[in-house]
Amino acid sequence: MNKLELNEDKVLEVRFVGDDDVLNHILDREGGAKFKKERPQLLVNTKKIIKKPEYDLKEDGIEVLKDKNYVEVLGRDVQESLKNGSATVGGNKVYSFQNRKHPEKMAKLASELAKTPRKNVSYSLKNDPEIMTDIPQCSKGHSPSDEVQLKNNDKSEFISTTRVLRKRLIAPRNHSDSESEYSASNSEDDEEVAQEFEEDTNKAILSPKTQAQNRVVSAPVYKATPSKKMKRDKTSDLVEEYFEAHSSSKVLTSDRTLQKLKKAKLDQQTLRNLLSKVSPSFSAELKQLNQQYEQLFHKWMLQLHLGFNIVLYGLGSKRDLLERFRATMLQDSIHIVINGFFPGISVKSILNSITEEVLDHMGTFRNILDQLDWIINKFKEDSSLELFLLIHNLDSQMLRGDKSQQIIAQLSSLRNIYLIASIDHLNAPLMWDHVKQSLYNWLWYETTTYSPYTEETSYENSLLVKQSGSLPLSSLTHVSRSLTPNARGIFRLLIKYQLDNQDNPSYLGLSFQDFYQQCREAFLVNSDLTLRAQLTEFRDHKLIRTKKGTDGVEYLFIPIDNGTLSEFLEKEEEES
Amino acid sequence: MATSSVSKGCFVFKPNFKKRKISVPIEEYFNEGKNESEDSKLRFETYQVIWQQMKSETEKMQEELNKNLFDSLIKFLQKSHSGFQKNSRDWGCQIKLREIPTAALILGVNVTDHEFTFRSLTEAIQNNVTPYVVKLQARDCPDIKHFLQKLFSQLMDCHVDVESKEEEKDIQKKTHCSMDSLSSWYMNVTQKTDQGKPRKKRTSSQWQSPPVVLILKDMESFTTKVLQDFIIISSQHLHEFPLILIFGIATSPVIIHRLLPHAVSSLLCIEIFQSLSCKEHLTTVIDKLLLTTQFPFNLSEKVLQILTSIFLYYDFSIQNFIKGLQLSLLEHFYSQPLSVLCCNLPEAKRRINFLSDNQCENIRRLPSFRRYVEKQATEKQVALLTNERFLKEETQSLLESLHVYHTNYFLVLRCLHQFTSSLPKYPLGRQIRELYCTCLEKNIWDSEEYASALQLLRMLAKDELMTILQKCFSVLNSSSEKQLGSTAKRIEELLAQLQSLDAEVKEEEDASGSQSKGLQKTDLYHLQKSLLEMKELRRTGKKQTKFEVLREKVVNFIDSLVREYLLPPETQPLYEAVYFTAAHTLHEHLNAAPRLALHTALNNPYYYLKNEVLKSEEGCIPNVAPDICIAYKLHLECSRLINLVDWSEAFATVVTAAEKTDANSVTSEERNDIIHARFIRAVSELELLGFVKPTKRKTDHVARLTWGGC
Repeated sequence: MNKLELNEDKVLEVRFVGDDDVLNHILDREGGAKFKKERPQLLVNTKKIIKKPEYDLKEDGIEVLKDKNYVEVLGRDVQESLKNGSATVGGNKVYSFQNRKHPEKMAKLASELAKTPRKNVSYSLKNDPEIMTDIPQCSKGHSPSDEVQLKNNDKSEFISTTRVLRKRLIAPRNHSDSESEYSASNSEDDEEVAQEFEEDTNKAILSPKTQAQNRVVSAPVYKATPSKKMKRDKTSDLVEEYFEAHSSSKVLTSDRTLQKLKKAKLDQQTLRNLLSKVSPSFSAELKQLNQQYEQLFHKWMLQLHLGFNIVLYGLGSKRDLLERFRATMLQDSIHIVINGFFPGISVKSILNSITEEVLDHMGTFRNILDQLDWIINKFKEDSSLELFLLIHNLDSQMLRGDKSQQIIAQLSSLRNIYLIASIDHLNAPLMWDHVKQSLYNWLWYETTTYSPYTEETSYENSLLVKQSGSLPLSSLTHVSRSLTPNARGIFRLLIKYQLDNQDNPSYLGLSFQDFYQQCREAFLVNSDLTLRAQLTEFRDHKLIRTKKGTDGVEYLFIPIDNGTLSEFLEKEEEES
Repeated sequence: MATSSVSKGCFVFKPNFKKRKISVPIEEYFNEGKNESEDSKLRFETYQVIWQQMKSETEKMQEELNKNLFDSLIKFLQKSHSGFQKNSRDWGCQIKLREIPTAALILGVNVTDHEFTFRSLTEAIQNNVTPYVVKLQARDCPDIKHFLQKLFSQLMDCHVDVESKEEEKDIQKKTHCSMDSLSSWYMNVTQKTDQGKPRKKRTSSQWQSPPVVLILKDMESFTTKVLQDFIIISSQHLHEFPLILIFGIATSPVIIHRLLPHAVSSLLCIEIFQSLSCKEHLTTVIDKLLLTTQFPFNLSEKVLQILTSIFLYYDFSIQNFIKGLQLSLLEHFYSQPLSVLCCNLPEAKRRINFLSDNQCENIRRLPSFRRYVEKQATEKQVALLTNERFLKEETQSLLESLHVYHTNYFLVLRCLHQFTSSLPKYPLGRQIRELYCTCLEKNIWDSEEYASALQLLRMLAKDELMTILQKCFSVLNSSSEKQLGSTAKRIEELLAQLQSLDAEVKEEEDASGSQSKGLQKTDLYHLQKSLLEMKELRRTGKKQTKFEVLREKVVNFIDSLVREYLLPPETQPLYEAVYFTAAHTLHEHLNAAPRLALHTALNNPYYYLKNEVLKSEEGCIPNVAPDICIAYKLHLECSRLINLVDWSEAFATVVTAAEKTDANSVTSEERNDIIHARFIRAVSELELLGFVKPTKRKTDHVARLTWGGC
């Protein structure tokens, strides 16, 4: 490929390249690209179907062409394509390379989005299309700070306070970072600085060719004419951009943290309360969508019975939909609902509930495979046996493993086990190779519901959700109630010691000897053997953990956060 | 009962009256949920009948296709342990005795189809060679211990004559599975059968000691250690435990040597067997199921295109292709009320008589039928549109002509394929399915490819032409129906004429021979000049030989055949009843693109929620869009790390702007809290969807997991 050779040449020699040269170079390249585009067209003429080359990521044109071709082949009507979103977008949009992002882009976009008055959305958005395109440059007209300032007049204090806060918080950082910190005062200068910074970093790591390109970016010609910008975007080497974006380990983001904001983390309960106040938007449309899907229930049942299994995909929680399906269609048949999003779920527990609750088998099995074999035999023997499996989130953390999928697939391939499942993760289909797919025998149904994943996300330790600790607290009280007074005393001793030392950063835990001494003084134990016996019980309940210190001494500590512990102590005292 | 809990993930529901099971028959689901359930019961039954026929046909076909392979394999198996039988002292046999006979079965990458092949192979071996056949899969044998255990237990099951299975099971549990115990077991069993009553008619009884055949279904996925150990061990025991290995190989035979070092592979005596390529397999499937009048059901061009492209570009799996066929069959019967007529001709004619008024209305609504009506005279039009009886009669005759059309269609298609499949560069495709697709799509004679194909045909040599014509002749004669009898006769005539040409051709040759004398030894310049002159002469003279005239005739004849019989199905009235056209549903359900769906839902909510507020230009999103869309759009602007504070601020900016008007009731503090909560929800949903994940690299940052636009 001549392109590659060109690159190599450029790497070898470093020299100054004038702007005109660069422009010429780019135009030249575009010519090359055009030539490339023509080639596949010829191919299309001679032969209808071309196999998609897998590595052809560079050649946008070809991709588009082929997408079009393929879509044409499919010939879906516009009317019915509502069911599948794929008709509208070509693959090149979804799988394109990442541009180098300007750190300020998000705030920019936000203000752009916010700026649009509610009623005449389309009008104002149409006005500045070039802002919305993915060019890593800000347009000159509106600077984010201006926007914000404007908005501050008529809006809540939220933004303004945080802005001020942020200004104050510009921490002393390394040279380059502070340069690019957006102080939101003079956006023009900011632009320049950021650009220069970008160039600086590029100089260090990138080949001279890209440097030249960057020059072009900062050249005034470009700023004046957006059309040229587009051109540059098109012709720039996508592959190189990819590596550019991923080469440096340093990522530019601001250093602000949630702690500085007052309302850092909410717990699950408050979150729910707050969200319940939000009135759902577009409820009429959502209802219509859901009704459409509900009409498919009978078809699903039919197809399940004919040996297919059904998988639902698309944005939005499909739990309610499946629940409705269960309520309307499955009332008279044996079925198992499996919450894949439940953190404690495992294939073992699924198999157990089949053997124990469905087949009423009390025995145990040596391993999962034995159990699977047993189930398969059982279902093969008795053809009147029918079982529906409803799996919410087949692609969850716990079930996505290869072994789990293999086992579920084998179950689903049985004639009298019917599986209907939902997937949500972006890359969920990667779980299945050919063998598993043919075992599953999927029929895909798109059910985009837009409903919030309330249940699905309530378990996971979400980013911003504080762990309330209500669970450990209740289990603590539960365990302590079953203890003897002495044991309770021992435990309380340890808690108090841990709470006393909570500000000590070098606190490791209470060494066993000290602990024994304290317990003896409190008349709780009379020998270290009794203490050890008591501790075993705590250890079994995972209330105590031991660590070996540097001196080889055993240190005891409670692996529960201090807030919960003090709450527990308070409660204890209240009771006694 | 609720299905969410903090302590449980599986919820079993058993209906109370489970003993007295009222299972809803499947037809119910076929009927319900559709408003116009015309003849749905009949339709469902027809579906089942046709599907069963198709299924058994494919299975029969697969067996036939595998027959050759199995025959040679079985021959190999039978002769491979003859040395063991004879117990001869021949030196060659001695050497051979140290080597395990191995058949490397190359099956191709369509792993999913292998299961069927292995199943029938096992049956064939059990019937012809030995009762001891064991199939092992890599996933069952993580180490040599499991390997031997599986082998042992399956061998026990194979041995049907064992009086007390339980006893054996106990032994198996107690004894440590080793090659020694295996061979002693084998000794035991073979001796027992020798002494015991003479076996029934099983062919293997003539063998003193039937070999043990071990099939490794997926040789590539076995761990090399296990394989090596097993081969070394069993080669040591070969004299008392006659083992034969069969490797199922998906890639290429080189893999054996890559997996096994020389020391191990030298213990094997490998013979390679190649199974039929899956493309040929597909051709036969299409040939037997689609290009035939045996099944009334047909696929439209787009559907066929989708099915073949899934096959060729995704998995090479016949099973999947058949699955697609099943789905299209089901969809056809489910969605088209007139599919009730999609059965064999006499039955369809009978059914027409029982059609309801509604169904008659359905017929009238068919576009193809409307086109047909418009072409008729006015009185007939009125009659067709008002008189049910007349309509039914007309429909019967139309169905009949549709049937005739199909019979002729496939015959002529095959003939045309005979002509085009030998052309250089294959302008109309090498496979008949490509030709079929083009013919289904449009009038084939309008296409450039067809013109160029005809041009190439006009250059065929005589012997080629004759063989092709002969093949066409046999194709036309093969069909029982004599629709194209006259055509066959015509071809015969042409053939005869061609043969009679022989004599004249000789004369021609003489003439050309005399001409070549004129070209004597000259220099290059003169040669070129004389050649040019000759060319000029030929062009101006344009004297066609008799053969050329005849060839022209043949080509014209074929062209007229094509124009007469290969009309696209859309031109036929009532074609909707037997053609499945909804290609998009097929594509949606078989070859879905979940990632694209997510992308669309997040980028363009208007696509799903048809609300005018959401309408926007491509690439933008209105600020009233669902929260997750806004958060998603904002995160696209970041590179690999995203600062949560910035993100939440940006989100708040957008959302506040959207809410501006109706936010008077709540205090600003509370509103901010709510917005923050919404942001949290959106982010955790994006995390669930796999767009971001928490990272420890910087406080309060998340990492982006995608790059580019999605």
